Formats: sequence, C-alpha cells, structure tokens
Amino acid sequence: MAATTTVPSASPIPGSRSFLARLREGDEIARLVTFLFAASVVLVTALLIFELWQDSALARHKFGLHFFVTRVWDPVFEQFGALPFIYGTLVTAVVSLVIAVPLGIGAAIFLAELAPARVSDTLEFFIDLLAAVPSVIYGLLGVFIVVPLMRDYLQPGLRKSLGFLPLFSGPAYGVGFLTAGVVLAIMVIPYIISVSREVLMSVPRDQREAALALGATRWESTWKVVVPFARTGIMGSIFLALARALGETMAVTMVIGNTPTISASLFSPGYSIAAVIANEFTEATGDLHLQALIELGLVLFLLTFLLNGVARLLIVITSQCGSGTALA
Amino acid sequence: MKRIAGVSVVTLALTMVISVLVHAALSINGAGATFPYPVYSKWFDEYQKKNSQVQINYQSIGSGGGIRQITEGTVDFGASDGPMNDEQLKAFQDKHGFGILHFPTVLGADVPTYNIPGVTSALNFTPEALAGIFLGKITKWNDPAIVATNKGVRLPANDIVVVHRSDGSGTTYIWTDYLSKVSDEWKNKVGKGASVNWPVGLGGKGNEGVTGQIKNAPNSIGYVELIYAVSNNIPYGSVKNSSGNFVKADLASVSAAAAAVAKTMPDDFRVSITNPPGNTAYPIASFTWLLIPEKFSDAAKRDAIKGFLSWMLEDGQNYTEQLSYARLPKEVIAKEKEALAKIQ
Repeated sequence: MAATTTVPSASPIPGSRSFLARLREGDEIARLVTFLFAASVVLVTALLIFELWQDSALARHKFGLHFFVTRVWDPVFEQFGALPFIYGTLVTAVVSLVIAVPLGIGAAIFLAELAPARVSDTLEFFIDLLAAVPSVIYGLLGVFIVVPLMRDYLQPGLRKSLGFLPLFSGPAYGVGFLTAGVVLAIMVIPYIISVSREVLMSVPRDQREAALALGATRWESTWKVVVPFARTGIMGSIFLALARALGETMAVTMVIGNTPTISASLFSPGYSIAAVIANEFTEATGDLHLQALIELGLVLFLLTFLLNGVARLLIVITSQCGSGTALA
Repeated sequence: MKRIAGVSVVTLALTMVISVLVHAALSINGAGATFPYPVYSKWFDEYQKKNSQVQINYQSIGSGGGIRQITEGTVDFGASDGPMNDEQLKAFQDKHGFGILHFPTVLGADVPTYNIPGVTSALNFTPEALAGIFLGKITKWNDPAIVATNKGVRLPANDIVVVHRSDGSGTTYIWTDYLSKVSDEWKNKVGKGASVNWPVGLGGKGNEGVTGQIKNAPNSIGYVELIYAVSNNIPYGSVKNSSGNFVKADLASVSAAAAAVAKTMPDDFRVSITNPPGNTAYPIASFTWLLIPEKFSDAAKRDAIKGFLSWMLEDGQNYTEQLSYARLPKEVIAKEKEALAKIQ
C-alpha cells in the first residue's frame, strides 16, 4: 500500500531560486508554519509523557515495579496496584476485537465488493453516523439493553452450553468483562467497516479483472486477491479499533461493574484503567491516591504505545509477505 | 479577506468590552463538592440578585479537587463533603502561613435502597445487618440478622448482590464513616473514605448508576443520597439509630441528627454526625462544608465572602428544604456566626 501512495515530487529543482525569492513567494513561510504544526504533535506527546512521569513520582518511588503486579487497590490504607486494571483493559479490548473483527471485515467486504453502489453508499452514511455517536449513548444502550439481555438470556445460555469452560462460569450479574467487551465491539465495528471498506474499494480494478479472467469466481477473486491486497489497510483499521477500545472510558465504566478483580470468568465484574481514573480522580484527596491514578494514566499510555509499536511491526511484516502471497 | 478581518477585530473588541464589564463586579471563585451543588448555585444566584456587585462562581469538581485547589490557592474558597484531615490542614498552614476554616452549610444523608422480588414493604436494617452485608458476611436475604427485624416480611433465600458507588464521592464517605463507627471489623478492614477497597459488590457510577444497577439486578442492595431517592421516588429502608429506634430518613430526622451533636460541636466544626445520640435522629447523615481561608489579602473579597456567609446562615437556609437539603440546626448557626469573626 505504501508504495502506491508515494507521489513524485512536483516542485522544481530546489535551490534554483534564492532564499529571499522563495520567502517572498511564501514557500519558506509555508514550510516553517506547517513544520511548526507538525512539530507540535511531537511536542504534545513529549509534554504528556513528561507530565505523567513528573506527577506520579511519589507513587513510582513508593511502589516501584510492584505497581504492575499488585492486585490491591485500597485508597484508605494507600495500597495501590495496577494489575486488575491492566487485566480488565486488555480482556475487554480482546473480547471486543474477537467479536468486532469478523463482523466488521465481513460487512466491509459485502459493502465494497458485493453490494450495489447505492446500498453501499447509504449504509456507509449510517456507519459514519454510528462512529460519531458519543460514547455515553453507547453506555446507556449497554445499561438498558445489553445488560438485561446478558443477565437473563445470553449468560445463562452460555453457562448451560459452555459452562465447563472457566470462561463462562460464575454468577451472572449482567455487568462484567463480557458485557463491556460486547458494548466496545458495537462501538468499534463502525471504524473497522468504514476504514476497511475504503481500503477494499481502493484496490485497483485490474487486480479483480485479472483474477476473473483467470477463471476465478467473484468470491474467489474477493477472498484470494482483493482482501490479501488490502491486508495492510485492514490491519490498520483493526488497530484503530483496538486503540479506541483500550481508551474508552464512559461506556465501559457503565457496564463493567467497576470492581478491581482478576477472574478467569468473563461474567465476573471487572475494572479498566480509563474507568478507574475517571471514577476516582475528582475525589482523590490523598496525594498518593492521586499520583497512583496518574501513574495508571502513564501505564495506559505505555500500553497504547506498545500495542501501536506491535501494530506497526505487524504491518511491516505482512506488507512484505502480503505482496508475495498476492502474486502467488 | 479584509472584511473577515474587520469583523473579527470588531468581535474581539466587543468580547473585551463585555469581559471588562463583567469583571467590573467583584468576582469570587470557589470549587469543590458536587453533592451540595444545586443548593450552592441557587444561593449564589439569589445572593447576586441582592448584591449585584458580588459575583460568586462555583465549579463542582468534587471534594478532593476543592481541597486541592484551595490549598494551591487557585480559588478563593473550597467546598467538601468530608472535613479536611489533620495532614491536609497542616499542608495548608505550611503553604500559606495561616489556617483554613470549615463552615457547615447544609446536611445530607444516605439511605439503603434495595430490589427484592416479592418484597414491597420498607425493610428495617440494624447497623450489624448493614455492616455484615457490605462486608460480605451476610450473603442471603433470609439471614437471621435481617429476618429478626422484619417480622411478617417473606425474605427469599437468594444471594444478596451488593452495589456501591464506583466514583469517589461524599456519599460513600458518609456511608463508610457510618459503617466504621458501628463495626470495628469494617473500621480495621475497610475504613472510611470517598473511595474504599470494597470487600464485595458491583460498582455503579453516580447515584443514577447505583440505582440502575439495583433496578437491573434482583436481590440487590445499595446506598444513595436521600435527595436522589426522594426526587426519584426510590423506596428505601429504615435504619436503627443509637437509641434503638428504627428511623426512616427525612429532612426532620436528618436535622435531628445534627441537633444531637450541636452541643458537643468542636470549634473548628470538623465533626462527623453519623450514629449520633437522640431518639429521632437518623444515623447516616453528614454536614457538608465550605472551606474558607482565615486571611484574605484583598479586603473587598473578605467582606464579600463574610457577607455571603452571614446571608447563607440567615435567609439562605430558607432555600434548602425546597431542594430537599436538611437545614442547619439553630445552635450550629449561632456558633457559625461567632466563627465568622475569625476571617480576617
């Protein structure tokens, strides 16, 4: 994909005009101004890390690396550990992707390859609308619809059929990891569909035509040629969804049960990093409590950073072998 | 382009003129507790109608934020649902060289609310039953500790689902303060605070989150603010007070709780009124406080704040009950008026 986006430089040979002349024509000014805008992104990121690091000094010194493995979160006796929150954040994100990725990509394939243009465009409008709905609305949807459904039907059903797995055991409260994952899935699906559809539609026509000319059916050309060609972009849409799932606060806190537990059961109530920060920050009176919350922010930042790095790596790897399989 | 530039210059000038005009009034900034926000905003509004030169702005950012901001000196006064502890008082003293005063403004209370299919009558709770349930030691609704005080109510043999606040809040502070007083085990194991390490239960965000969770989960119990329960018609139970009477929370029984401790009120007003003496006192109630520095460098600001406080203690109290806050007892008002002289 990266290769198709490089545009040959349109500017005349650099250095052909004097600096003053370029300044007069605005080139130099435009360069400077846009550079400043671009630099501000780096600056904000650096500032963010610096602030989080600085303001969590007390908690970092007190707990050290134990912060990552301690399971207790006790604001009264000032014992803080991030493990249940890291666990909750990762589990809900994974559950949401397990649900959202097949659904989202399937829908994107239908919209890009199989649906008539009019249907595709109309649906795209609704998908963009869904992506713009504020997360508190999804939270309400979760509280009023998903939670009762989970408690009364889905969780008892899962327990009956798959109850031998520790994943689906324990009492069904309605709220918990699974519910939070489902609500997150509903929230991130529009991102996956929207981006994947764009990517699939930008696959050159000749790719499809070549496959069809070789005698492939429509589905074979889609599944074996178009989708592998667009793989990098589809991966990008998944990581965008992952980032959103990791950082989502409002909708998660409304349905996750807000209890810092680590349990193999998806029915169990849990807690996520973003949710605990939002819940406790305003009323954190103790310095250590506040700083532990800021350190949690740092942990979330690192987690996102790390996963983004992994995502980049995956994209690089798959784009290398991606072109190989597309040719094969 | 020129025209757009002209328009923006005019807008900018207008904005500046307006902001200058607004700032011509003496503006006082405060921040803190969310629980008393409805009555505070009513007060500041009414007070400004009477004293147009004073404008009081209040940000309801939470008690923790209120204490932090007044300690930093970024606001003129703070507000908190729990009194500042000795450590926080010392931090303020060290930073500014003078102390900070607590002024009780109104009263709030927590009530136990529950959802048990088939049970419609109001339940009676003993302190032991509430502590047992929230510690996770009483796990069934037909536990003898609950059945004994609810003769004639058919309580099911179902597991109790405990619901608590997940966000740090004054409501939780009052609830855990009460449980710490009636149960040593609670005091040693969990303690009191705006957020605590709950032994059992699910967390709901805000009063509405707790209520929603309770409505959703059969056989659940939780606690919400009295005001919230009253304004949303949520049924709630009675709690046994220190005299052995089961009292249902209302404005009168909450004021009675405050009156019961009025005689023993310490000079700095930092007092917990949970589990007070008195036949009619409701045991899970608390003051909420304004935090006012002892010294102001700006005399106009000092006089304005003193003026507001004396108005709040007189006329202001008449606005409390229409908003479901219990008013301060007379003894406390008299004592606070004396304390006003400490502001210099």
